[in-house]
Amino acid sequence: MTTAEVSEAQSYNYEVVRLFTLATVFWGIVGFAVGLLIALQLAFPDLNFEPYLTFGRLRPVHTSAVIFAFGGNALFATSYFVVQRTCRVRLWNDGLAMFTFWGYQLFIVMAALGYVLGVTQAKEYAEPEWFVDLWLTVVWVAYLLVFLGTIMKRKEPHLYVANWFYLSFIITVAVLHLGNGLSIPVSWTGAKSYTVFSGVQSAMIQWWYGHNAVGFFLTAGFLGMMYYFIPKRAERPVYSYRLSILHFWSLIFIYIWAGPHHLHYTALPDWAQTLGMTFSIMLWMPSWGGMINGIMTLSGAWHKLRQDPVLRFMIISLAFYGMSTFEGPLLSIKSVNSLSHYTDWTIGHVHSGALGWNGFITFGALYYMVPVLWGREKLYSMKLVNIHLWVATIGIVLYIAAMWVSGIMQGLMWRDYNDMGFLEYSFVESVMAMHPFYIIRALGGVLYLAGALIMVYNFYRTIKGDVCEKEYQSGGELKGAVA
Amino acid sequence: MSDHKNKEIDKVSGVETTGHEWDGLKELNNPAPRWWLWVFFITVIWSVWYWVVYPAWPVPGGATEGSYGWTQYKKLAAEQQEIHDRQKAYLDRFKKASFDQILNDQELYAFAVAGGGAYFKDNCATCHGTGGAGGPGYPNLNDDDWLWGGDVDAIYETILYGIRSGHEDSRISEMPAFGQDELLAKPDIDAVVDYVISLSGSKEAHAGNIEKGREIFANNCASCHGEDGRGLREFGAPNLADALWLYGGDRDSVYKTVFNSRKGVMPSWTGRLDRETIRQLSVYVHQLGGGEKRVSAASEDVKPAVTLPEDAGETDSNGHAGE
Repeated sequence: MTTAEVSEAQSYNYEVVRLFTLATVFWGIVGFAVGLLIALQLAFPDLNFEPYLTFGRLRPVHTSAVIFAFGGNALFATSYFVVQRTCRVRLWNDGLAMFTFWGYQLFIVMAALGYVLGVTQAKEYAEPEWFVDLWLTVVWVAYLLVFLGTIMKRKEPHLYVANWFYLSFIITVAVLHLGNGLSIPVSWTGAKSYTVFSGVQSAMIQWWYGHNAVGFFLTAGFLGMMYYFIPKRAERPVYSYRLSILHFWSLIFIYIWAGPHHLHYTALPDWAQTLGMTFSIMLWMPSWGGMINGIMTLSGAWHKLRQDPVLRFMIISLAFYGMSTFEGPLLSIKSVNSLSHYTDWTIGHVHSGALGWNGFITFGALYYMVPVLWGREKLYSMKLVNIHLWVATIGIVLYIAAMWVSGIMQGLMWRDYNDMGFLEYSFVESVMAMHPFYIIRALGGVLYLAGALIMVYNFYRTIKGDVCEKEYQSGGELKGAVA
Repeated sequence: MSDHKNKEIDKVSGVETTGHEWDGLKELNNPAPRWWLWVFFITVIWSVWYWVVYPAWPVPGGATEGSYGWTQYKKLAAEQQEIHDRQKAYLDRFKKASFDQILNDQELYAFAVAGGGAYFKDNCATCHGTGGAGGPGYPNLNDDDWLWGGDVDAIYETILYGIRSGHEDSRISEMPAFGQDELLAKPDIDAVVDYVISLSGSKEAHAGNIEKGREIFANNCASCHGEDGRGLREFGAPNLADALWLYGGDRDSVYKTVFNSRKGVMPSWTGRLDRETIRQLSVYVHQLGGGEKRVSAASEDVKPAVTLPEDAGETDSNGHAGE
């Protein structure tokens, strides 16, 4: 680094990024642990504790904790990190940035407490009641202002691709949140509210929101992460500028239409189902554009995968991204959906995306950022990163394979009529048949959580300033930080 | 600062960069992969074709209907019709057949067992268990210990009207709560309990109580359970000598039964399931293990059709997959 670059780096607002990074790790552990608990509750119903710790109340705690608390804090952390470095300017308005941190944590705590106490709108992935929604709106507007303010005072003439994705994520999530959150409180002093939509319109708005929460929160936002940390870690230029433009615009244009595929064979009119399905099919290549650009960025640097487990995390995340964005269009096809819908196949699909793509790209980004943010030369231990990688990968494979088998089996059992026109199985027989797969799934969760705890230990030692000297001396090839 | 003037050739790939740079990051000016574009175009073309042949775009007054004329309601109706037709192949004959005819006709018998098995698992298994093995308070239907009768007519009546169900034709009986209602003193209950459990050879029975218990039994219980304690079906009074217990045969459980009485309820299925379904269920339960010959047909040497057609045999074993 030149002296000018060093002084620039010192002028970045890393304080708020550090806080968001710690929050990401903390909520990640909470989210994974609650996920493990509810997986065990499904396998062993005696683990439900009335009334607060039942599956019904803990399930939104798990989904919100991993999507909005773990994923959301990761997006805040990395977007603030990336926007500063690629615009070569300090975050706009330190006070507002700090407000987004504490404001967002308050949102998470209010939402989670509500779920456990039974305060919920009962809208999937949008369970918080109206007053929590309003608070999130305030925080989100502040986030948009900080991000836009930073971009506007940038010292680079052009806007790096990662920032397009982050910005589309922030703006679209605001639109989705406002549209889906429209509701009328029963009273100004009570928690209860009712959504303004009803019937099939309510369902359609819900899945317009729900699907695009996947599209813009878990896809566009995390692609922003991918576009910075993969070329950075691989020390290679992005493969194709043109591909990034094409897949960015096609992705955000097509994604927003795909929601109705969550409502196949329901009261939703046929035409809306058709549009949801066809736009999902057309979404296949725009989604894959990000994977191609990320993986091809490694051309000329493939050997680094052998040496660097952090880069391996990122590339495996793209493999899972490619797999789940192929599986998504497949599941949206009506004849496939009639088998898969309401079964564990959906759960498996979601987790190949969440555990594999969102989880692994986040772990990769965190392993990159932590030494930089705390001014350490390298991570405490690369060996531990590698162990985390393999433990978590085995966990994911157990999880999704169990859910594939269980889901397809469920679907086949439900639709099985014998020659005389009678249902071959009762519902409870399909539940009994799923039991072994629920246990395998929980085992996958144990491994994934264990991997994350290894990461926590590694970060603790790194931040403390420790370096596992022995390891770095013997394996001279391994690198700690490249920044 | 970066600009287009800064375009350079990447040494590793030999490809030109765009000339921009952010935090050390550059972009190559590779074209988008051809195959990527082609697959994208194909999905678009396929989607347009799909919009033409299926309902797709909202227009004033509705939506485009598509050239196939497909709707999900037509698809549902067609699939329901297919299942309906499969049943109808047997159902018409089944409706006209008596139980005797069904039990002697391999095809009708197999149909009844298949249908009864399906409905049993959806309606009866909640209490009686998927395999019909029951549990405390819920009779085991696999054995030959019947409270109200085990021939197919008796089973039919039980399902039709239930037990203590509130239906006007329901099977009803009521055992007195000898302790609660102070009909017997506690030492007397102790004695009769010892006698009752001794009938099936329980080792918990206090030998000194048995003679006293026998006398109390004769005066209070024998009118329903019979002099020998072997039960009377007209009252739904269980056989107390066979070591099969509905509410448990340990001393404690029997004491509770005598003290508080037991009044198990089975709902009436009239109005919830149609007649043919209940007849299928009757045949299914009858063949679970303990079915008895029909009283009316006993002299005619009626045997259930034990050799089932192959497909029906398969159904039966699948129907018990959950056991």
